[in-house]
Amino acid sequence: MIEIDVRGFSCPIPVVKTQKAMRDNPKDMLTVLVETEVSKENVSRLAQSRKYSIEEKTVSGDEYVLTLTPPQK
Amino acid sequence: MESAEDAGVYKLTADLALVQTVDFFTPIVDDPFDFGRIAVANSLSDIYAKGGKPLTALNIVCFPVKTLEISVLREIFRGGQEKMDEAGVILLGGHTVEDAELKYGLSVTGIIHPSAVVFNNRPKAGDRLILTKPLGTGIISTAIKGEMAGEKAVSRIVASMCALNRKASEQMVLENPSACTDITGFGLLGHASEMIRCTDACIELDSSAVPFFPEAAELSEMGMVPGGLYRNRDYLKDVVEISKDVPRHLVDILFDPQTSGGLLISLPEKNAGALLHRMHDQGIEEAAVIGRVVPGPPGRIAVR
Repeated sequence: MIEIDVRGFSCPIPVVKTQKAMRDNPKDMLTVLVETEVSKENVSRLAQSRKYSIEEKTVSGDEYVLTLTPPQK
Repeated sequence: MESAEDAGVYKLTADLALVQTVDFFTPIVDDPFDFGRIAVANSLSDIYAKGGKPLTALNIVCFPVKTLEISVLREIFRGGQEKMDEAGVILLGGHTVEDAELKYGLSVTGIIHPSAVVFNNRPKAGDRLILTKPLGTGIISTAIKGEMAGEKAVSRIVASMCALNRKASEQMVLENPSACTDITGFGLLGHASEMIRCTDACIELDSSAVPFFPEAAELSEMGMVPGGLYRNRDYLKDVVEISKDVPRHLVDILFDPQTSGGLLISLPEKNAGALLHRMHDQGIEEAAVIGRVVPGPPGRIAVR
């Protein structure tokens, strides 16, 4: 499980950091901590385009944890 | 001015009015020369959207003296000057203040015949809508910030954002336009909404006819979506109805905030074909008829 905290970064940096983690750890589940709706939606789009499954949990207010599971080969 | 216009018109005599505007913003590309050209094309655009002729300008600059070399500012000015020369605009002076974040733009003064002013909010039922530049600069600019944009995409949007709306405006005024606006931060649908909002008609948009940069489609699916796009979408949710057949990337592109975007022109159907020919003859190759104004629920936009 790889944890990525992109709070404090504005778009598109959360997507860039998530994409790098996917590239470096293609077989691992990722959890991404985001703090804006925009980051949540953009990271989710990246995950969808890479066929990851997405589980979304609200931490508080606009803060969310996205759990991204890579596609099974 | 009775509505949200970006340029103001002041009548001097029976056949002469001043048209004035101001616009400045932070860099959206890395190259300072390109930024200068884009900022000037963007500032002049509000005059062109009115059907006016820009004459003079003043530079407006916010510059971080402590963190950037002064050569950066020289390059911005050089790019800006190139565009002003192309537009036949004389730079009279300007003002610079120190600021943490770089910003550049112009205050512009132009002239127009008082009876020839093209307003942004008077489209008529039966009109056709023409858009003169492709959409997608906001999405691709976001990808530039993330170093995710390909060279080709960058050079295409830079060329488009640097292009003056001068020729489009000069051709427009020959074909009896009812309304015109330039496409900037509110995206195509935001500016179309401003245009139709206070009328008793509505807009039907043919999404498949809308010109856009192909790279923007893929980048939006990857999450390279600017925050402004989501804000535009949320702000317009009660006035825009989008058919389920329209793919998501195309919906994104219709809401994408543009920098130095094209003109959106509403004009009678009988003039639309002629204007499109004129535009294509003038090298405005991406201009397209993208929809029409019809009687219907006032102020609404239907996207098919």
